[in-house]
Amino acid sequence: MNVKVIVRGKTQGSLLVAKNPINFLGGIDKKTGLVHDKKHDLFGKSIGNKILVFPFGVGSSVGAYTIYSLKYNHCAPLAMICLKADLTTASGCAISNIPLVVADKHDYDLLQENNQVTLDAIEGTIL
Amino acid sequence: MELTKEEEDALDGKQGDTLALAYRTLVAIGEASNANRLIPIEWAHLSGVNYNTIGDAGKEFLSSLSKDAKFKVKTTVNPMGFDFDSVSRYKLDDKFIENQRSIKDSYEKMGAIPSYSCIPYEIFDIPKRGTHVSFAESNAAIYANSFSGLKTNKEGAFSALASALTGKSPCSDLRDDDVREPNLTIRMKVEPRDELTYGMLGYFAGKVAGSSVAISGISNLDRRSCKSLCAGMGTSGACGMFTFGEEEGEKIDFDKNEMQKIHDELNTSEKGDLITLGSPQLGIEEIGNLTLMLKGRSFQKRCMIFCPSAIKGQIRDLGYANEIERAGGELLFDCCTCLSPLVDNKEVDSVITNSVKGAYYLKTSNKVDVNLKSLKRIVEEETK
Repeated sequence: MNVKVIVRGKTQGSLLVAKNPINFLGGIDKKTGLVHDKKHDLFGKSIGNKILVFPFGVGSSVGAYTIYSLKYNHCAPLAMICLKADLTTASGCAISNIPLVVADKHDYDLLQENNQVTLDAIEGTIL
Repeated sequence: MELTKEEEDALDGKQGDTLALAYRTLVAIGEASNANRLIPIEWAHLSGVNYNTIGDAGKEFLSSLSKDAKFKVKTTVNPMGFDFDSVSRYKLDDKFIENQRSIKDSYEKMGAIPSYSCIPYEIFDIPKRGTHVSFAESNAAIYANSFSGLKTNKEGAFSALASALTGKSPCSDLRDDDVREPNLTIRMKVEPRDELTYGMLGYFAGKVAGSSVAISGISNLDRRSCKSLCAGMGTSGACGMFTFGEEEGEKIDFDKNEMQKIHDELNTSEKGDLITLGSPQLGIEEIGNLTLMLKGRSFQKRCMIFCPSAIKGQIRDLGYANEIERAGGELLFDCCTCLSPLVDNKEVDSVITNSVKGAYYLKTSNKVDVNLKSLKRIVEEETK
């Protein structure tokens, strides 16, 4: 499928799919990558070393620094795929050098948990 | 987005990691906001200076960035958490002081002008009309667009930082002249008026407007009211500009009812233990005017007055500082009401202020109640 590139890069990995938007500042433990927001559907799971699929980010723009901390602590996602690019996620991925793409609704809905994919966030494709 | 060869090279890391990071940020924000290219900017004003807002991760990021990064254009910075020159007068956590110092050092090492002010438009010479700048402080961005003839989006901490490092910004939203044309008019119907009514008008406008909004029924705003209007609007929404004059597009009234709703939302107490003035910080005009209002009177409770250090010498020389201190006012520089650790909810339950922006952040961040009233009423009721 074709996607819009927000932050460039290439990676391969398995998908972790969130139903709810993610609040990086309030919802993710920056030292471990575990989702510690009890109300979130990924509660208790680690977003580290996966390709994280979620609708969009919410909450404070300081959440960008949480993404940076995750990278620094080696527990950041390999890449992120969103439905809508919010500025916090875009800034956070940019300063942390994590590929970020936006998929349209139809393609986004095809992304299934644990699927192995190759993400080319230069050409803008997911295989 | 279309990039030039030079921008592509920088993005690919051919000019080093720092510029790659900065261009990655501009491109990411540009793609997310549907920009088609980058354009040059002449001045960046950065937020994300107060340790209370960016925390340890922000401090560490800036420290690592400052190892080899240098700002390429004029770069000014927002207030910090406190005033280093009077830090011994306040009970502050040593850790906070150390962390704030690290952030300050990082920005200055990269070449920031140590302005620590949210009113850059009142301190520095304004470039010629139509010049693109990149202002992250919301009241300053709105002021620049609406009163100074400059063009900026309501930038975030990261886009402004990347602009400072590259001298570029994504060309989107309010950088486009069509977007600057308002499609909504708010008719100001409230009388009488003071800076607080304008602050609440701004807060209302921010909630209902898109990128730009027209306001009718206003003329001859003094500086205090202009600042209050901008700060109120910056607090409640994404709108980054207003115009006066022609009524454009859809029309909504801002009347007594609407104002009462906002007052009820922000005013949570009928009294306060402490007064704060200055969000945005008070400039030389407002300090001069406050000095006149305080002639022969003294504050009956503690009153913190926040200013940029750029006017410190001037207000001493003109005798304003003496007069304010005689009246019991505490002048603080380089910091501001918003997110200041100087207002501690263990010591005060409620704070009196004339600032809509201050009220919002005192409530949501400092977690104290707020008694919101105009400066005139503060002087009448809280001084003798």
